[in-house]
Amino acid sequence: MEPIKFNYTVPGDDFTAAGQASTDLKRKLKTMGVDSKSLRNINISLYEGEINLAIHAGGGEITVLVFPDKVEMYLDDNGPGIVDIELALTEGYSGASDAVRSLGFGAGMGLPNMKKYADEFYIESEVGKGTHIKMIVHLQ
Amino acid sequence: MSNTYTHSVTLDKDLCQGCINCIKRCPTEAIRVRNGKAIILKERCIDCGECVRVCPHHAKKVIHNVLSDYSHFKHLVALPAPSLYAQFNNLHDTEIVLAGLLDIGFDSFYEVARAAELVSDATRKIIDKIPKPVISSACPAVVRLIKVRFPHLIEHVLPFVSPMELAARLAKQEIMEKTGLAEEEIGCIFISPCPAKITAINNPIGSSKTYVDGAVAMKDVYPLLLSSMKNPSKNVDASAGRIGISWASSGGESSGLVTVENYLACDGIENVIKVLEDLEDDKLGKLDFVELNACPAGCVGGVLTVENPFIAKTKLKAIRKYLPVSMNNLQNSIPTNMLWDTELEYNPVFELKGNRMERFQKYSEMEQLLEELPGLDCSFCGSPNCRTFADDVVRGYAKKEDCVVIMRRKMDKIKSALE
Repeated sequence: MEPIKFNYTVPGDDFTAAGQASTDLKRKLKTMGVDSKSLRNINISLYEGEINLAIHAGGGEITVLVFPDKVEMYLDDNGPGIVDIELALTEGYSGASDAVRSLGFGAGMGLPNMKKYADEFYIESEVGKGTHIKMIVHLQ
Repeated sequence: MSNTYTHSVTLDKDLCQGCINCIKRCPTEAIRVRNGKAIILKERCIDCGECVRVCPHHAKKVIHNVLSDYSHFKHLVALPAPSLYAQFNNLHDTEIVLAGLLDIGFDSFYEVARAAELVSDATRKIIDKIPKPVISSACPAVVRLIKVRFPHLIEHVLPFVSPMELAARLAKQEIMEKTGLAEEEIGCIFISPCPAKITAINNPIGSSKTYVDGAVAMKDVYPLLLSSMKNPSKNVDASAGRIGISWASSGGESSGLVTVENYLACDGIENVIKVLEDLEDDKLGKLDFVELNACPAGCVGGVLTVENPFIAKTKLKAIRKYLPVSMNNLQNSIPTNMLWDTELEYNPVFELKGNRMERFQKYSEMEQLLEELPGLDCSFCGSPNCRTFADDVVRGYAKKEDCVVIMRRKMDKIKSALE
């Protein structure tokens, strides 16, 4: 079965645009009749990812593959990368700048929430090159 | 339930020109143009009245009765919505309006603002027992919207009957005791600012039975009241304070909670949808109470009102000025006649039908078709936009060839084949 594919581009440092992909995807998946719990997990994990792309990575690309029984989300950027992934996955740890924090972001819950709400979470990052994340939510 | 559901928003076919104003503005994409006339998809319509507001040909109408339709009742009770008081110039107290109601044919009145103060009090008592943020259930268009689009938020909705419904229940009790009349001899008639509340009489939200016997449009009562208020024959006492009257405009219900400061009040259906989307995604942070009104500025912006909603809001302030904060409080715990007896159920009208695989396939077809469509959202096909058109085709409500661009491409192909 061919998956349905959606692509989104997240611009860097544009907080008004961050969130558009997750909102759009939610609407589509609702039409498809995806159950509300899975929908919520997909939405929260993708939204956190979008915010990260906007505030840390200077923007990036999102690819969503929808299968009848699961949704795969790929987030790719060419940003600064993450020095210590273990640390970044700790709740409350944030690498956000003061400017970003003054906007109410940077609470240190981005990656932890993505990991928490996605059923499967994979991350690869290289300093100076960028970060690649894959998240899978299985539909109920 | 669905086959007995009656809407109050309807279409006058003779007046409809088949233009696209209403289909573009309907917040639930419930209108299509077919054979040159608009049709309302009943299961999607939430009776918000936006189409009534935007139709330049006045073809969208609100079904409502006139006062003489209710002459069979032995005793007629007026249930004036608080927004009624905001329709008049230089009004400093509500009593003259209430006295006016008695002169245009009502035997008594029960201010909906009075019942609203009881709902405010009950909300204060229950707010910590419901998952936060608690969402107001006062606007029936909003509750219906949640029912069809935001299943995840249903548990947050305040499970109280509306002030209109409560007013009718209390009025009937009061009049029965006072006059000895039977319940069915008493007619409780709501003076409505909007179609959504009229629909809520025919199809009550959260309750199996309504005590409201009918409704008249505020704009119909307005001219009658204007003349009766010049020289009212009786003196009456009002029994609602600032809190009750304030329910007429956006933010009024929230501020009436007094101790709850962490609230959000939003009005206008597009804004309401945005807030509901964000609430569903947990994007709004911690909130205790959310008040949502489908109409701009709140109930004063209803399509059956007369005054400009924002002027009405200003007028409301002048009326409130000399009133006590509240004149109605619950004596004990929340009475059962205020609580819903029927649970709110998700009605997935926007979801594709079938099992998971069928829905996936249909959705896949829809996305493929969407790629073929021009993306102009021109609405020539009769659907509000290309995406909804693709959805309609997949559901069998429309044919691909209804798209003029696709048709044109086909014609061009045939033409070049012939040349």
